[in-house]
Amino acid sequence: MISDLALPLVMGILLGGLYAMIALGLSLVFGVMKLMNLAHGDFIILSSFLAFAMSSSFGFDPILSLLIIIPLFFGMGMLIQRYLLNRAFRISMEAPLIITIGISLIIQNLCQIIWSPASRALSSFYALKTFEIGPINIPLVYLLDFFAALVTMLALREFLKRTYLGRAITASSQHEKAALMVGIDTTRIYVFTFALATGIAAISGVFFGLTFSFSPSSGVNLLILAFGVVIMGGLGSMLGTFLSGVVFGLSQTLGGYFLGTTAQWLVTFVIVLIILAIRPRGIFTR
Amino acid sequence: MDKPLLKVNNIDVFHETFQALWDVSLVVNADEIVCLGGANASGKSSLLQAVSGFLRPARGNIEFDGQEISRLTPPQIVSLGLSQVPEGRQVFPDMTVLENLIMGSYNRRARTKRKEMLKVVYELFPILEEREKQVAKTLSGGEQQMLAIGRGLMASPKLLLLDEMSLGLAPIVVNEIYKVLSEIHSRGISILFVEENLKRSFQHAKRAYILKTGRVVLKGNIAELQEEEELKRAYFGIAQS
Repeated sequence: MISDLALPLVMGILLGGLYAMIALGLSLVFGVMKLMNLAHGDFIILSSFLAFAMSSSFGFDPILSLLIIIPLFFGMGMLIQRYLLNRAFRISMEAPLIITIGISLIIQNLCQIIWSPASRALSSFYALKTFEIGPINIPLVYLLDFFAALVTMLALREFLKRTYLGRAITASSQHEKAALMVGIDTTRIYVFTFALATGIAAISGVFFGLTFSFSPSSGVNLLILAFGVVIMGGLGSMLGTFLSGVVFGLSQTLGGYFLGTTAQWLVTFVIVLIILAIRPRGIFTR
Repeated sequence: MDKPLLKVNNIDVFHETFQALWDVSLVVNADEIVCLGGANASGKSSLLQAVSGFLRPARGNIEFDGQEISRLTPPQIVSLGLSQVPEGRQVFPDMTVLENLIMGSYNRRARTKRKEMLKVVYELFPILEEREKQVAKTLSGGEQQMLAIGRGLMASPKLLLLDEMSLGLAPIVVNEIYKVLSEIHSRGISILFVEENLKRSFQHAKRAYILKTGRVVLKGNIAELQEEEELKRAYFGIAQS
């Protein structure tokens, strides 16, 4: 019985890392420019598809393909913020939100045209390997997910804390007007922040694709997942996002274990509701 | 000595459709300490915001250090050496005192002088050094005001704009902060400060401009102004004919 439970417990925690990483980009953009990027899930899936294309056409390993996808996404994020969102910010708060819906639709349809609506998965020589810890066998990919998420989150945290640019991002998120007053060009900061978030979406996409199957319409589910993780973790708290991701992961695997896989999402969102009822501003609020 | 550092020339400023300033002109000379007075909603903050680039004048222009600045953005203006301390102590709430100060020297010109300016700020406000590691939002109101001023100084400005400081602070604390103001001035930094309290403005400034409903109604040396009967009217709106 105990060894039965050990598997969903460990898997849940490892999966939680991936969920936290999926939410990280959404949280970053919201924290700095108060914009809910409704295309976030689609950015992630686009990255999954790009890795899929590169591995099926050129035999690139999915994780190695990040060397190309991350810079590509970073550049794409810069262009989107610079030429679309920054201009829309001058009009109203809703305008950029609507633009992100537009981007979401464009990505979804592009993926459908190029790769068909079929479900895909990223494969690699390590995709099916397992890792033995005592009595349980854990898929290696889950460990990679967790490790990648941990590295990404720690790197982001150090960047925000230690560098001038990172501190400027933090300052802009805490008080935009004061940031302008000390000479921070916030529109430039926004461009960089959005690029950073799409870069993280690129990493999330590859690891998500290695773990689960995906189709052009999967982005919506990822957005809902990320949204849930972010609001439960408390906006702007990195540790909160991480723990909230773990709660999500555990609720999925344990919910699946006790109630069957059909009830997984139900369990997850009931837990979100309960936590938000007790702590309306999230688990970790600053 | 009368070299103009800041020149505001006949500006009109609007908040959307509401006209906040009408044909306002103002000069701050190098090495001067000038007070901007006037009752609530007389346009003092609008004037500061126009100077620091947050509002764009519809008419007229603003020159700083011989350069036209009315079309520049706030960050560009800061990097020229014009630093603003906002009202209501708008510090970065979740950053430490030191981090707040470091952010003050964000612009490239100030970065090279960071260590030097930090020393100056700590000399002026020793309490900030003591609380270096403390998160800004846990400071008292007076300490936050000192932090806001310190942050403004970290930009190593030629001119420091200080919006209303006495809001919500105990008079003793305000007096303490004003004492530091003259020390800052003695280090060769010009100051333009907003103050509703007449007595304080007279104590600390050499010249003053008094605004009323968006127009300059009085200006000149403090000594002369003190005698002006009209001053009362500008402040309190009391009609004494």
